[in-house]
Amino acid sequence: MSQIEEVSLDKFKHLVSERALTGETMLLNMGPQHPSTHGVLRLLLELDGEIIVNCIPDVGYLHTGIEKNMEAKTYQKAEVMTDRLDYMNTIGNNLAYVMAVEKLVDLDVPVRAQGLRVILTELQRIASHLVWLGTSGLDLAAMSMFLYCFREREQILDIFELVSGQRMMTTYFRPGGVWRDVPVEFEKAVRDFIKIFPKRVDEYESLLTKNPLFLDRMLGIGKLSKEVALSYGVTGPTLRASGVDWDLRKVRPYIGYEQYDFNVPVLTEGDTYARYLVRVQELRESMKIVEQALNKLPLGPVRSENRKFVPPPRSEIGVSMESLIHHFKLWTEGFPAPKASIYNAVESPRGELGLLLEGDGGPKPLRVHLRTPSFDNLAVLSQIVKGHLVADLVAILSSIDIVLGDIDR
Amino acid sequence: MDKKLEPIVKAIQDKFGAAYEEFRDEVHLFVNAEQIVDALTLLRDEQNFELLSALTAVDYYPQETPRFHVVYQLTSLAKNLSVQIRVPVNGSSPKVPTATRVYSAANWRERELLDMFGIEFDGHPDPRRILSPEDMEGHPLRKDFPLGYEEPQFTFNFDEIDLRKPYAKE
Amino acid sequence: MGVEQKLGNMGVVTTTLESVVNWGRTNAMWPMLFGLACCAIEMMSAQSSAYDMSRFGMELMRASPRQSDLMIVAGRVSKKMGPVLRRLYDQMPEPKWVLAMGDCASCGGVFNNYAIYQGVDEVVPVDVFVAGCPPRPEALIHGVMTIHEKVKGESFKQYAEKYK
Repeated sequence: MSQIEEVSLDKFKHLVSERALTGETMLLNMGPQHPSTHGVLRLLLELDGEIIVNCIPDVGYLHTGIEKNMEAKTYQKAEVMTDRLDYMNTIGNNLAYVMAVEKLVDLDVPVRAQGLRVILTELQRIASHLVWLGTSGLDLAAMSMFLYCFREREQILDIFELVSGQRMMTTYFRPGGVWRDVPVEFEKAVRDFIKIFPKRVDEYESLLTKNPLFLDRMLGIGKLSKEVALSYGVTGPTLRASGVDWDLRKVRPYIGYEQYDFNVPVLTEGDTYARYLVRVQELRESMKIVEQALNKLPLGPVRSENRKFVPPPRSEIGVSMESLIHHFKLWTEGFPAPKASIYNAVESPRGELGLLLEGDGGPKPLRVHLRTPSFDNLAVLSQIVKGHLVADLVAILSSIDIVLGDIDR
Repeated sequence: MDKKLEPIVKAIQDKFGAAYEEFRDEVHLFVNAEQIVDALTLLRDEQNFELLSALTAVDYYPQETPRFHVVYQLTSLAKNLSVQIRVPVNGSSPKVPTATRVYSAANWRERELLDMFGIEFDGHPDPRRILSPEDMEGHPLRKDFPLGYEEPQFTFNFDEIDLRKPYAKE
Repeated sequence: MGVEQKLGNMGVVTTTLESVVNWGRTNAMWPMLFGLACCAIEMMSAQSSAYDMSRFGMELMRASPRQSDLMIVAGRVSKKMGPVLRRLYDQMPEPKWVLAMGDCASCGGVFNNYAIYQGVDEVVPVDVFVAGCPPRPEALIHGVMTIHEKVKGESFKQYAEKYK
């Protein structure tokens, strides 16, 4: 194991102000182990008293080599890697990946599978926003938020466990559909959740939205202008809080989002409080989508019948020789994809989650690039914290909702 | 191809002599490394491509000329369009001019490419590794970099792997 | 201990010093507030209302390694994080315990590649491994209870030998 490297100021000379070199301002390390960095993020802060002059984020403490590992696996087996990428949005990552594979090999998806995908993705968005709400409440000393939000999140995880057997790393979506049909209890579990959840959001809002202590910490803090946000490639709720109406579910509908009636909350203030409001409203909008999708959910198959890409159901293997051959070929060799490249983007809870997938004609991808939203959203941090206090940094960092697994990959 | 995209593709083709490729309604334009900054500036200022969605590279090892494609995925919010620009780069000392002055998002993305592929960006304001440790050798996402696979520990190789875990016995 | 009945209601019990010390250590074992990846979210779930780890005297997560007894390595340890993790471990005061939570921390899990330590026991000594990707909160609590069992069985003689 290598030792912790000795850091000299020479390496950061071009990033700090002149005053740091004379010792007039102080350099302070925040992280990699720090309770409010939401993971293993290191921030090198240049401080003038308590005011931040410069902030230099240092990422990579969770670099996992996911892209390289995916290139060494077949298309079906690489999917488990996407779960562990952004661990708050596991189902959304699966969706981005399976959609990219389906686009690359031109595979159809049954309507019921698409409806199930919408329901589960939106539930995952709610779960992700709940973790964000709980932890950012915790950062701003609202301890009870954490306990309330995790209570509802458990209910969503129970639904995931019901359909897939796993709480977080479900790998429930597969190229060509979903793993298997949902059990009969699914509808009741989701309906129960729909029934209680809007009241619970009111409860969260009554605790925070007009709380004067909370407003003091949030209003006017960390202003992000529209131009800076676009230049830095910021997407998702953070961009929508800066006045840009851009939601991929609305502008480039996929998996049937065009059938559902929902609003995209957009605010123009661009501060920490606006980002909070946008996410809380998204909780309600997602709930609306779940309800509509559940009402519209048709009956029918949940996997494509294209046996070149989708393994046959277990019941067929015993009776059909052809199915046995397909099953064997798909799980030993995998399916070939054309020698071409596609880019597919979906709206994750944090922004545009894009996947550049390039096939080389064989069963393994030549290149998988994950365009992860947190990476660009964090890059803008150094611009918006300048001139704020260290305590505000915590509020700003939690308001842009980063996930380190998403950044470091 | 989207009807709205046709004039844009034509403008780039006329100005930079770009080759053009299409697959499942996605457009790839090939631009030389020297002209990439001009092409990006033109797309941003005249055609409203205000968002650099992704900036990455693809390694075509063992092919050497060109070995890499540097990929710029651009999105226009105003027109709701996407276009992909690719810059072919040779394998020996790959170098591309930096796009940080056009899109600030390119800053970290180019550092990532320097780290993962060893592609240098001329004029980059902060050329350091971003994800790997500073003292790492090699560029992990290149195809000639090994995955670094470790054998699972079984009875026959128990001691060999155990030696690598000095703290396990404390 | 069986002596209460003989002594009557005098409020006195007799026991060994070792078991009193170990009893104290198990009932106020403070973990370090330190999460790495996916497992950290399940660790948070274990702390939250549904599972409530404070039933075992562990509601107090300490952000400083100087005040904590138990390090829960919740997630994959990258080559860049390894030295930092070791430094955190070295900063913890004795006696200290390490729990490797999840497959990645135990053996590398699905990430068998250049960037990840194939098990955190390459970096720090581990007392208990918890399997699962990620383990359920119940599994984590079981892992912690296993550490408690281990602590209850420790003797001063072992410590004396360890720190000779």
